[in-house]
Amino acid sequence: MLAQSLFDLWHGFAIALEPHNLMWVFFGVLVGNLIGVLPGMGALSAMSILLPLTYAMHAVPAVLMLAGIFYGSQYGGAIGAILLNLPCHPPHAVTCLDGYPMTRQGRGGAALGITMIASFVAASFGIVVMVFASPALVRIAFKFGPAELFSIMLLGLIVGGTMSRGAPLKGIAMVLVGLLVGMVGTDVNTGTMRFTLGFIDLADGVQLVALALGLFGVTEFLRNVNCMDAVGSGMKVSLRDMRPSGAELRQAAGPIARGTLIGTLFGAMPGTGPTITTFIAYALEKRIARQPERFGQGAIEGVASPEAASHSKTQVDFIPTMSLGIPGDAVMALILGALLIQGIQPGPQLIVQHADLFWGLIASFWIGNVLLIVLNVPLIGLWVRMLRVPYRLLFPAALFFIAVGVYSTNNSLFEVLEVLVFGLAGAVFVLLEFPVAPILLGYVLGPMVEENFRRAMVLSQGDPAIFVERPISCAFVSLCALLIVVQLGFWLRRLIGRRRGRDVGMERRAFEGK
Amino acid sequence: MQSTSRIARLFNRRNQDYYAGTLMMIIGLSAAYTGSGYGVGSFSRMGAGFFPVALGGLLVLVGVGIAMSRKHTDTAVESQASTEMPRKSDVSLGLRMRGWLCIIASIIAFVVLGKYGGLLPASFAVGLIAALGDPDNRLRDALLLALALCVVATVVFWWALRMQFPLFTWG
Repeated sequence: MLAQSLFDLWHGFAIALEPHNLMWVFFGVLVGNLIGVLPGMGALSAMSILLPLTYAMHAVPAVLMLAGIFYGSQYGGAIGAILLNLPCHPPHAVTCLDGYPMTRQGRGGAALGITMIASFVAASFGIVVMVFASPALVRIAFKFGPAELFSIMLLGLIVGGTMSRGAPLKGIAMVLVGLLVGMVGTDVNTGTMRFTLGFIDLADGVQLVALALGLFGVTEFLRNVNCMDAVGSGMKVSLRDMRPSGAELRQAAGPIARGTLIGTLFGAMPGTGPTITTFIAYALEKRIARQPERFGQGAIEGVASPEAASHSKTQVDFIPTMSLGIPGDAVMALILGALLIQGIQPGPQLIVQHADLFWGLIASFWIGNVLLIVLNVPLIGLWVRMLRVPYRLLFPAALFFIAVGVYSTNNSLFEVLEVLVFGLAGAVFVLLEFPVAPILLGYVLGPMVEENFRRAMVLSQGDPAIFVERPISCAFVSLCALLIVVQLGFWLRRLIGRRRGRDVGMERRAFEGK
Repeated sequence: MQSTSRIARLFNRRNQDYYAGTLMMIIGLSAAYTGSGYGVGSFSRMGAGFFPVALGGLLVLVGVGIAMSRKHTDTAVESQASTEMPRKSDVSLGLRMRGWLCIIASIIAFVVLGKYGGLLPASFAVGLIAALGDPDNRLRDALLLALALCVVATVVFWWALRMQFPLFTWG
């Protein structure tokens, strides 16, 4: 099996190195990096804006490009975090804590260099895990029937909803809204038109591009317009500064290794967001450090470990997405959605039926990460200048690209209006402190959840007990139940704690009143 | 300044959860009601309305839960705030409204002018109107940006990518 995997990987390199594919990886990494650097734009907006382009492409270059955009923008986000204290992408919030102080001490270049090394090491490790874990997982996954698939998707949805930022209940609410959005259009089993509101344009359902650009483009602009703080700082980073000293490298080696392991561990759990992972990596470094007070003052460990964790998690996240068809977060949901549009059903069959796509993707990670290093060394000066693009010019231009991009997917102006509607809905949700990313998760999984539930019901002749009678499915359902119970427990404990606090307060007030 | 404090009062923590929960209940109820019209069926013979009704019902329950769980501790919010971009906190409602209205109007203008005008008028309008949403942009900046976007639209999308969108059209 090992030999087979290595052979497949070799084949994957051949695919990823084909000039045509290589060009798209390069393009994805470059544009992802560029957009990731721009203030207020993260991986999700970068991928959504370029998603229309993939419609005209073959499946392999399309996915390679999207993956390239993803890790390119992730790296671009780190640049903004370290040099300007701007967390363009939430996982980089932790990187700001020590990265920005390093910049102020004139060590910003070294921090960027360490970030680059950390992400490369972590990504490589994540790729190795992916090579060995995916085929094994697939062998289990082939035993999955509709009942198991439904249960594991349920687990993915619950985890994705509760583990995101904000209150767990609100995350669940957004997953449900996303599932409902996924129902829009013609029902495949009965031919009934659902929730089309009389629009014939909605018969094919809501378009992924329109939803993603509405939620991650227009919503963000509505939220940020006239509220962005002007950023200005005159730091210069030259090529020479990017090489960390030997002492810094030695200092960072341990944190990189630990961060990588943490990222891998959490990547294997679907739904634990990258932000949580980086926070945990940072907390661990601070806990085991000999001088924890250095953290926040420019400790290189505080940059190396979270960055390594976020990159290894990124790679490992692809495992459930590709081999089970269960996306861990909104970014993976977007890649999954792009695959579905290409007519490729992610899941256990993917590695066998589309071996070129799967192994090509893995190989392209490596190539893309090398490209990132090659690109960033000469272009760092350009990125620094890009960071200062004023928001007042950025968002009108982005709106133009959104409008034209959405139009180009189906030559339909109606879908441009869809973007606006989802953007407004997203803005209302954000105002009420709902996390919007789970909507995309629900939307992508919605049709599959319904289909598998239906099949399971047909198999069991309408007996819902099938989900607990089959052992694998039962395990997933129990995990779901456990998660809900744990969350309820937290909620109750807070409730009791608060009530006790209030009682004490009232007693004291009564006492003082006497 | 007064207007911001009014929003602040309207959206203080506790009210906000009431609104959020109520909104979810409304969405859930309307989904369940509409879904029930598609035929619910039974477990063994599921109709098209089965999932919408189930999801709508769940959403109503979650909405009730959200409305009941008033927040007292703001720790969750604080940790969330630290992962945000730095933002100005004292932006007046009027200024924010101007940004919102211009963004909305720019997309509507793109759709209308795209149908009754073509790609160039639509591109020009989306850039110009959106740019005017930010008071730091003078009219000259906005016009220049809109012109630049027109060039991009023509060269990249119409000429290079051969997008099916006439430069000028009527209806």
